[in-house]
Amino acid sequence: MSVVIFVLLRLAPGNMVDILFSTGGYVSESDKQAIMKELGIDRPVWVQYLDWLRDLMTGNLGKSYRYDLPAWEIIKPLLPVTIELAVLSTIIAILLGVPTGVISAIRQDTALDYALRVFSLAGLSMPSFWLGMVIILMVVAWIGWIPPMTYVSPAENFKVHLVQFLLPALAVGYRSSALITRITRSALLEVMREDYIRTAWAKGQSGRIVIWRHALKNAMLPVITVIGIEFAFLIGGLVVTETVFNLPGVARLLVQAVLWRDYPVVQNLVMLIAVVVILSNLFVDMLYGWLDPRVRYGD
Amino acid sequence: MATKPAGATAAEMELVAPAARLRRPGLRTVLWRFCRKKPLGAAGGVVMVVMVLTAVFANYLATHDPIATDAAHTLARSSAAHWLGSDHLGRDIYSRIVHGAWVSLIVGLGSTLLGSVLGGIIGLLSGYLGGKTDLVTQRIMDILQGLPLLVLALVMAAALGPSIQNVIIAISIPIIPRAARVIRSSVLTIREMQYVEAARGLGVGHLRIAFRHILPNTVGTFIVLTTAQLGSAILVEAALSFLGLGVPEPYPSWGRMLSVSAAEYAQKAPHLVLFPGFAISLAVFGSNLLGDALRDTLDPRLRGA
Repeated sequence: MSVVIFVLLRLAPGNMVDILFSTGGYVSESDKQAIMKELGIDRPVWVQYLDWLRDLMTGNLGKSYRYDLPAWEIIKPLLPVTIELAVLSTIIAILLGVPTGVISAIRQDTALDYALRVFSLAGLSMPSFWLGMVIILMVVAWIGWIPPMTYVSPAENFKVHLVQFLLPALAVGYRSSALITRITRSALLEVMREDYIRTAWAKGQSGRIVIWRHALKNAMLPVITVIGIEFAFLIGGLVVTETVFNLPGVARLLVQAVLWRDYPVVQNLVMLIAVVVILSNLFVDMLYGWLDPRVRYGD
Repeated sequence: MATKPAGATAAEMELVAPAARLRRPGLRTVLWRFCRKKPLGAAGGVVMVVMVLTAVFANYLATHDPIATDAAHTLARSSAAHWLGSDHLGRDIYSRIVHGAWVSLIVGLGSTLLGSVLGGIIGLLSGYLGGKTDLVTQRIMDILQGLPLLVLALVMAAALGPSIQNVIIAISIPIIPRAARVIRSSVLTIREMQYVEAARGLGVGHLRIAFRHILPNTVGTFIVLTTAQLGSAILVEAALSFLGLGVPEPYPSWGRMLSVSAAEYAQKAPHLVLFPGFAISLAVFGSNLLGDALRDTLDPRLRGA
């Protein structure tokens, strides 16, 4: 029940998007009238909203202002690129973030802990587009190989395709890993103070089993939340990274559509991102109940 | 009856937060303790102070006019004339970075403060009034928070058009719900305290309680919130400028220094990419360090938030 309410409430972004695009008319006074007429935003906001809702229900997602194609037709072929990037980045973030967090926690307040914390905080501080550029520069300087700056499909050349995706995924994944490291560290530190961990130590179990089997299992809950949130918010990082690496994904389309003032496309993309955020929140919530039997949702 | 001092008004009778009555250690003691307990945070503080000084004294620190072009010395490497080299138009990178500190700081601080103050007021009223107001406000905040910071700022920046003020506004919008959420939760606890009840009993108005009695006690949370958001605000500004939707020419912005010119000339002149990126990273790193340390010191409840 609570899940249904959650989804219904979060689905509302359409309203906000409409408001955003009525202010869009300010962009250029001369285009204002034309845009307003084209988008039908010269009518009262609530009429537009109802219209838009009706269109949404009937599967009509609006036409691209620039291409004269249904907006969804433009978005759909670009989805796999972004999904692949997001999944790769998340995998890198988890592989990098969880072990660093665990090491940081069990070596609390040692030089290693400080070094790892500075490393992860540095990840949070670097703009991912800059990191992407630096990675390209390093690859060029050290290997002498220039990554292809046009999209290579996996069918064409799988190896090049993978490298082409791994580089940006590394740039984005490093950033997300920083958050995962921090949460893993603090969650693990908290769990390690619990009685049942002391019991496990007292039973004479080896450090590895206590940490990886007993402690980490319970510390994973907040970590999973962060992974879920990060997965949805990766789009933010991908917006610039796809532009740097010139990958034809949804995030780059968003930037282009914004620059072209292609509002129907922007609107659809913003909705899409909101839906992804909701779905990953929902997924994390459901995972909770499965991971921790203490979490129960309304009867 | 006789307990009321002659001439005392209702306002003077109001109880103030107990903490305000206690004597506090001096500023120097507080700073010293902070440095000893949080060396990393202090380092971050030093970075931020250096950045502020750089921004304020940019005119004295810069060796060149940041927007003066020099066709004879384009893409120059580091040298005595151009400490960090020059870009494709012959503009001095060092001077541009020094002046860029001002833009980053103004936009970062401006948007963080604007967003936190607006969000703080919303959170304060929403938390204090409760009921339906709270419910509706929180749902609106949920909606705003459902979008990544950069995406919302991107759309807002495009809608508002390029100018320094508009970039500040665009970045402040996604900060509002985050600020409102944090301040509200802090208000919810404070609202139930006895001194608030006492103020009510004395017949103090709702608005006055909210702003005079509750608001001052959220200052710690507020400081933590703003320092925590400052880093991401600077990052978002850099990203927006990089995409061409941020601070317009002629202001030298770190993000824009990385965009057109840098991407094209990166192979030939890597310093175009490296130095502005270092500047952004260092500024954000400093504010993150400071923010973390302040959070641990001022508001341990927020740890991991």
